[in-house]
Amino acid sequence: MTAAHPLILAGPAAETTRLLVYWVLAIAAVAAALGMVLARRAVHCALLLAIVMLSLAVYYAMLGAPFLAFVQVIVYTGAVLMLFLFVLMIVGITAADSIIETIRGQRLWASLAGIAMLILLSLTVGHAVIGPAGKSSAEFGNSNVTALAHLIFTRYVWPFEVTSALLITAAVGAMVLAHRERLRPKPTQREMAVARVASGHPTPLPGPGTYAQHNGVDMPALLPDGSQSELSVSPVLSGGGRPERPPALGGGQPDGGQQPAVTAGPGPAGPEAGEQ
Amino acid sequence: MVSPAHFIALSVILFVIGAVGVLVRRNAIVVFMCVELMLNAANLAFVTFARMHGALDGQVIAFFVMVVAAAEVVVGLAILTAIFRARRSASVDDANLMKY
Repeated sequence: MTAAHPLILAGPAAETTRLLVYWVLAIAAVAAALGMVLARRAVHCALLLAIVMLSLAVYYAMLGAPFLAFVQVIVYTGAVLMLFLFVLMIVGITAADSIIETIRGQRLWASLAGIAMLILLSLTVGHAVIGPAGKSSAEFGNSNVTALAHLIFTRYVWPFEVTSALLITAAVGAMVLAHRERLRPKPTQREMAVARVASGHPTPLPGPGTYAQHNGVDMPALLPDGSQSELSVSPVLSGGGRPERPPALGGGQPDGGQQPAVTAGPGPAGPEAGEQ
Repeated sequence: MVSPAHFIALSVILFVIGAVGVLVRRNAIVVFMCVELMLNAANLAFVTFARMHGALDGQVIAFFVMVVAAAEVVVGLAILTAIFRARRSASVDDANLMKY
């Protein structure tokens, strides 16, 4: 394989490169995985998980699995993580874990169980004889896809067919679970207009604030008296989750918007920044 | 030289981190992500063993694991959105109707 492919390096320099790539990505992956467990915000967890998955894709390429490397990037990092992010947008982007332990001593015992598991697995792996990499062949290089296809459609054809049934079932199941019946008739434009006037807020909601140093949809606008307008920030961004109904139709704030829409921003808000 | 043992060690570490995350985290979505991390670690071990033995079977199995993981994520996240709609919460502590 090494001779067949011009891009694959050989010799001691290539070994050093591989070692370097391995260690850099290993440190990055483990750090990102630890950060995923420790980060409080779910969005940060998703982004850290992306780092782990991309490092694993590079490892697959190093291990002679170019097809799996691309599948890892496309399916995992592309599709699965985007699905996670979509659901995070539905649930509320700042859905952070509470620091309070609901079960007493849970973190302590979980950590102990993790350490015990690590010791157990390390002992098992340490006792196992993990030989060197087998002799490289074209199956781990240029003809990887062909060889995989050959295996899938000969020896693994039955699991492959079962996979199709699984995918169909999963798709239908997800549609059934995500489906909602319309319980009330769809409001007409006239009803919406009446409800809007009756809500006491007939004008459109104010837009987010635009300041000298901050210009984002999560920055609340300032009212003439200097206070911040809660209506100018979407409840999805301020942590309340997506409201079930538009506020104008529901009569008051929906369930999702109980929290004050303006929470502590990441940095100083507009007024201080503007006066400096 | 990077030997298969290196990759197996990394796989073990990632798997344990994922397992601890499943035990510790209370947000159901993050728990799902930790499960994904464990599946990825197992995949790394499969691919490494395929390389070690010089046979492609491990890669085929890793491929199937990816397919099953994708299906699992789709259904799991649909369940999560259904729960979130009903209870306005994504915490695993709040889905306790069947608790003893």
